[in-house]
Order: sequence, then C-alpha cells, then structure tokens
Amino acid sequence: MALELPDNVRITKLDAIANWCRKYSLWPMPFATACCGIELMATGASRNDIARFGAEVFRFSPRQADLMIVAGRVPIKMMPVLQRIWLQMHEPKWCISMGACASTGGVFDTYAVVQGIDRFIPVDIYVPGCPPRPEQLIQAIVDLQEKIQREGTVMGREFVDPERQKPPLAMRPEGRAGLPGVIASQPLDGEHFA
Amino acid sequence: MDVPGIVQLLQKEFPSLSWSEFRGQVRVCVSRDRLFLLLQTLKEQHGFDMLADITCVDYLYYLQKMPGRFGLVYVLTNTQTNQRIVVRTFLDEPELVAPSVTPLWEAANWLEREVWDMFGIRFAGHPDLRRILLPDGFTSHPLRKDYPLQGLGERNNFPVIRRAES
Repeated sequence: MALELPDNVRITKLDAIANWCRKYSLWPMPFATACCGIELMATGASRNDIARFGAEVFRFSPRQADLMIVAGRVPIKMMPVLQRIWLQMHEPKWCISMGACASTGGVFDTYAVVQGIDRFIPVDIYVPGCPPRPEQLIQAIVDLQEKIQREGTVMGREFVDPERQKPPLAMRPEGRAGLPGVIASQPLDGEHFA
Repeated sequence: MDVPGIVQLLQKEFPSLSWSEFRGQVRVCVSRDRLFLLLQTLKEQHGFDMLADITCVDYLYYLQKMPGRFGLVYVLTNTQTNQRIVVRTFLDEPELVAPSVTPLWEAANWLEREVWDMFGIRFAGHPDLRRILLPDGFTSHPLRKDYPLQGLGERNNFPVIRRAES
C-alpha cells in the first residue's frame, strides 16, 4: 500500500531527526586552562569560524552547554572542578579532549598534573597536537557530528551501553599496576587524597 | 653605610654571625634562636623595611656538607637606599620550626604559608598556617628533594565518573 505524500513531507526515524538536530546545534562549554584555549578562541573567530558547523554558541555556564571542550592541562586541584562541571551539564552531552595535555598529560609528567582526563571523566573525541590547529578542532567537531548521527538515540540509550560503563584501562586494576607512584592500598572512589 | 659595614656593626651584637659576599650581594648566616632578633634589628635600626621574599632550599643530596638539611632564606630590601641583604638560617629534622616574622612584616603571612606548603617547615606564631597552593587534603611537601617527581599517587586518586552515572 503506497502512501501518497506531498513533496514537502519526508518520513524518517525519530532517532535520526533528533540526532540531526543535536549535531548541528552543539553548544560548547570551553574548559580552557592553557595555550590550547588560545587555539580554541581562534577556532571561534572569523577566519576559522566554528559557526559554519553550528557550534559557535560558547556558553560559560555548564547548564546551557552540551559539549565540553577540555583545552589544556588539568592539575590535581582542578580535577574536582572539572568533574563537577561535567556533572552539571545536561544530557545529552559530549566531551572533546583537546591537545596532548588534556589527553595524556603531555610533557607535564609531574605529581600535580592529571595524566589524561579520560581516566576520570568520559571522553568522546581526542585531538592530538600541542596545541592543535583550529582545523584539527573543526575536524573533531565534524567527527563528533558523525558519531552523534551514527549512534545517537532520542532517549540517550547509547549512554547506558554496558560496554561504555567499563572504566578506561588506566583505572582498572590490571591497567593501574604498572603506573608509577600508585599506592595499591589507596581507595579510588573515596575521599580525595584520603 | 654599605652593607658589609652594617654586617660588621651587627657582629658586635651577634658574635656568631657569619657572612659572605658574592657579586656585591651580602649573605649572612644566623642560628634559629637569634633569627627573629636579627631581622628585627635589621628592620628597625638599619632601615631594611621591606621583606622581598622568604624561601627555602633543601640541601638533602647537596655535594657540600651543610649545617642543616633546610636553608631558610629571607631577602630584605632597604627602600631608601635600595640595599639588599640575604639572611639564611639552617634547620634540621625533626625540629622544623622557625619563628614567624609576621609581627614584623605582614607580607610574611603568605610567604610562610608557601614555605610550609612546599617544604613542611612550620612557623611558630603564624596566625593562619594553612596550605596556600596545593589542595587542602594534600599530605606531602613536594619541593623536598626526597619527594618523587611523579608524586605518591595523588594524581591518580580521583573518583571515576562514567557515562551512565553522569
């Protein structure tokens, strides 16, 4: 039975149209702590113009943002702040780890610098570089748009996928064993520095 | 009067005072017991009215044998004559306590907190001796030479937030 539709009507899945809306209206929360933040600003400025990809509305309140861009190194004193801001963002939300420091700690292999934010908060896209060029960040946003279109759902079922609930390897006992300076007896989810 | 002249005057009052000069910079070394009195004398009688810095050096693996493990360094400036003098005192474990100079200079408040934070030296009489740079729950003093560069696991000790929980 063929349904006669006018030319200006399309049939699609609810998921697909929700993803289409979400991916072209990413509102970034710039968590810029270092020189990557300068490139982040350049990405927003007129030459590179992040608005071409629908992500130009930088919001400094996590309540109004759905994409966290962590640009720069995160010291141990900043990590509780980062986690709190991440928890304050509304779902659906995504995270881009921009630059070597946010992704791995970079050259700052010291007691004060967290060796990659993905050990403690979820990350969707990693951008290498020190700092990355604006084109790389734009590529990350395009990749994130593809990811949202591919696996997003209206009700956010992709966020409760059991595979995603596993902690990253670095935080599992087998992954932590070789880390320098790790005290095996220290609890991971208790008080900080308890 | 030039700074070596001032030091020679001081030596009458502080016989144990030793001093040296390097590229026009005068350093005096004093015992902890006479430290406060010496700084007070420098401030009130010789015009060294500005406390430029308080810092500390850990001589743990130093090639030369020093009188103590920690060298506590005070840098004073005379704002009238632009003269400078460096006062150093040595401390050793377990008694890592020095008199606070906050009664002489208000500026010493945060400087002493920084020395406490980084080296674990306490200042007797300090009004508010808390950590100033590191998080409150931090238990080590990371500028000590026996503290490992990569820490004691502090940077790995955070709760993990997963997708489903956030």
